[in-house]
Amino acid sequence: MNIQMSRRRLLKGSGALVVGFTLAGRAREALAQGASLPAAKPLAVTEVDAFLSIDIDGIATVYSGKVDLGTGVATALPQIVAEELDLPMAAIRFIQGDTGLTPDQGISSGSLAIQNGGIQLRQAAATARNALLDEAARRLQVAREELSVVDGVVKAMSGQSVSYGALIGGKNFNLKLDPKKPVATKAPKDFKVVGKSVARIDIPGKVTGQFTYMQDVRVPGMVHARVVRPPALGARLESVDERSIAGIPGVTVVRQKDFLAVVSPSEWNAVRASQQLAAKWSKSETLPDKAKLWDHVRSTKVVKDDVTSNIGDVAAAMGKDGRTLSATYDFAINLHGSIGPSCGIAEFKDGKLTCWSASQATHNLRKQLAEMFSMPAEDVRCIYFEGAGCYGRNGHEDATADAALIAKLIGMPVRVQWSRADEHGWEPMGPPTLIDLKATLSDKGEVTAWDSRFFVPQGMPGNCPLVAQELAGLPAPPVLSPGNVIRNSDIPYGIPNIRTICHRLETTPFRPSWIRAPGRMQNTFANECFLDELAAAANVDPLAFRLKYLDDKRGIELLERLRAFVKWEARASPLTKASGTSAGVLKGRGVSYTKYEKTRTYVGVVAEVEVNTASGAVRTTRFHVVHDCGQIINPDGVISQIEGNIHQTVSRTMKEEVHFDRAMSTSLDWASYPIMTFPEMADIRVELIDRPDQAPWGAGEPTAAVVPSAISNAIFDATGARLRSAPFLPEKVKAALTA
Amino acid sequence: MAISKALNVNGKRETLTVDDPDMPLLYALRDNLALRGPRFGCGMAQCGSCTVQVDGEAVRSCVVPLSSLTAEQKIVTLEGLGTPEMPHPVQRAFIEEQAAQCGYCINGMIMESAAFLSKNTRPTEAEVKEALKDNLCRCGTHTRIVKAVLRAASNG
Repeated sequence: MNIQMSRRRLLKGSGALVVGFTLAGRAREALAQGASLPAAKPLAVTEVDAFLSIDIDGIATVYSGKVDLGTGVATALPQIVAEELDLPMAAIRFIQGDTGLTPDQGISSGSLAIQNGGIQLRQAAATARNALLDEAARRLQVAREELSVVDGVVKAMSGQSVSYGALIGGKNFNLKLDPKKPVATKAPKDFKVVGKSVARIDIPGKVTGQFTYMQDVRVPGMVHARVVRPPALGARLESVDERSIAGIPGVTVVRQKDFLAVVSPSEWNAVRASQQLAAKWSKSETLPDKAKLWDHVRSTKVVKDDVTSNIGDVAAAMGKDGRTLSATYDFAINLHGSIGPSCGIAEFKDGKLTCWSASQATHNLRKQLAEMFSMPAEDVRCIYFEGAGCYGRNGHEDATADAALIAKLIGMPVRVQWSRADEHGWEPMGPPTLIDLKATLSDKGEVTAWDSRFFVPQGMPGNCPLVAQELAGLPAPPVLSPGNVIRNSDIPYGIPNIRTICHRLETTPFRPSWIRAPGRMQNTFANECFLDELAAAANVDPLAFRLKYLDDKRGIELLERLRAFVKWEARASPLTKASGTSAGVLKGRGVSYTKYEKTRTYVGVVAEVEVNTASGAVRTTRFHVVHDCGQIINPDGVISQIEGNIHQTVSRTMKEEVHFDRAMSTSLDWASYPIMTFPEMADIRVELIDRPDQAPWGAGEPTAAVVPSAISNAIFDATGARLRSAPFLPEKVKAALTA
Repeated sequence: MAISKALNVNGKRETLTVDDPDMPLLYALRDNLALRGPRFGCGMAQCGSCTVQVDGEAVRSCVVPLSSLTAEQKIVTLEGLGTPEMPHPVQRAFIEEQAAQCGYCINGMIMESAAFLSKNTRPTEAEVKEALKDNLCRCGTHTRIVKAVLRAASNG
């Protein structure tokens, strides 16, 4: 049964009418844009005009399909354009993630906003600059070589000058971009803005309450909605008793199949109604027994094997000479855990859908929503507003789809704000990861064979099915999208016989998605810990052991710099061999290394820990990081990302784990899914290697990859106990100490 | 039954009409008064994003019922502390230390710290961490937030 509601009742029923919000700054612009899109704004990534326009006042507008998720690229990307066009930062406006205005540069993930998005913008700006200089030479009747640009004004040696605004002001460039034939860009030796720690443009607004987050956007005529989710995954809605909320004014119940929501002009009335609405759901138990999670993962049907490396002859070499070691590692189910629960707004008008969303992939969301409502993608527009940090695919897209469905059902613009329990319980999660490793260490202490198996869900990045699609029975492809979780399953070391295989599992508990360094972090945890196990078995210093197997100049330089940075004392681990009965605090240090995805950013880290052998509590006291992401656009921005990676991944490694019964997650708030707090934070010291002549690579994720292994290696160094199961909770540490 | 409620917010007397006398202060500030500093994070006083000051004390506005407040109590939000042009010393320190990533938690960090620093003008690093122990940050901006609070103390 669909519960009908009247628009009149909804508008009439409000006690406290929503204040007509004044939309400041960007919100007003976006809405104005929504009202009338510029005619034929080019959007193809092969057009300069898709990325860039310059108005008659010389103000450049950058149209970026890559969005700022709190990482600072709304400052760094304009820096790249400012550099290439010789414009001051103040002369650049930044518009991001609006499918009606910005080109589809792919999802903002994978530490690729600068590496891919920035390079596209740099090419667009350099192509535009060439054309501007040609035109200036023609108008001033001087040779192009005689021209220089200062703050958007082209000057000739004669003293004549003409501004960008006068040259192009408001007109299209009509220039093509060809990635196969890149134009020459500015020589790094001439950089004035790139490579500088330009202060972030968003921070003054964020610290004074002036910034417009997605959660602050209001559109005219909008009502508030809250979703009412089933108490169990897969439960069917049997009945709803509207009388249960009769005492709350102006609330209407909206339902399609198992999708249930309440709507009100008053946000608080919608909140109250969602908490009090009596609904009867069928019993559903679809989750495995949590106590046997790893048995469940191991026995899940394998749909295919991805062989990520196969070097030499592992079968012949394994166990041929010396000792063979084996170990199993696991990493728990994690949440993105955004501090602000997801929020979205949607409006259907004249057969077209407009959404406001904090999605990291508005262009993909547009296609998903079009599919969900069986309408052409051209009739859907998604406009990005920054939400709370998402660190991957969290609930932003789902909240937007919820809003779109309700907006369609009631014919009014709708804002959906998820509750904390909605966010914790219904965001897609980082899947559980199980890894078996085996290696042979020869009598001479050489690793002769390495063999590893990764039990990870099938599927790729792509789109996660939307919660509303499933609950409302709307068209959705049945796919898993855990992210590219097989990356860094192969290892960067020159061992003669290596075989790394990813068993891709048919299913995984909960809807999976990518969280910061998906797979790379869990895989590197196992690989870098197991390498440490081999170093200890060989009684060799773990840093020297890594260097021995590296033949990559940048990687070697990085580890040598790390050695000097931490004043590394060469010795084998462990320092101490604790027994479970000896009380006291033991200190240790652990090293880890990655070449991210084996193709880009290098990170080396040394973690220092203090282990309380009586309680099993571990303090991560200090991290030293050396980081090489090639050409650095904004050094302070890179350091900020490194710090964020460390703190967040310490939290994931030491504390985080989704608990569940057979029906549903039971980690529905911060008490049942605790994250790191201030008194637990480590001291972080960072050394950046800047390579202005090299390509710029990402910094948003790579440091996360090395954190869990560095901590485990440090605990081993302190105590001789090896932690192979994250999170490293005190009871697990105590168990390892007595093992 | 809609009722009228008077509040003192950022030095101004405001009169609102609400259906529920026990509506949390957060919704009055955000929805009735269109303020954006206090943010919805959990609704359970677990994260601190919604923090405002009431008579100088940091409180979680998501769990403060309007019925518990009088028109005389002085409510201050992030907007009432300062502006981009005239930031409060704590806000200025957060800008100087570039102490925000997504910034969603930062309202709570600043409101909590400003209340804390008004009582402890020269805190140690450990005291700052302890003062912020119930404020959650997910981006991992902890290093800069602590530096900013210490900087605000030494500037102030």
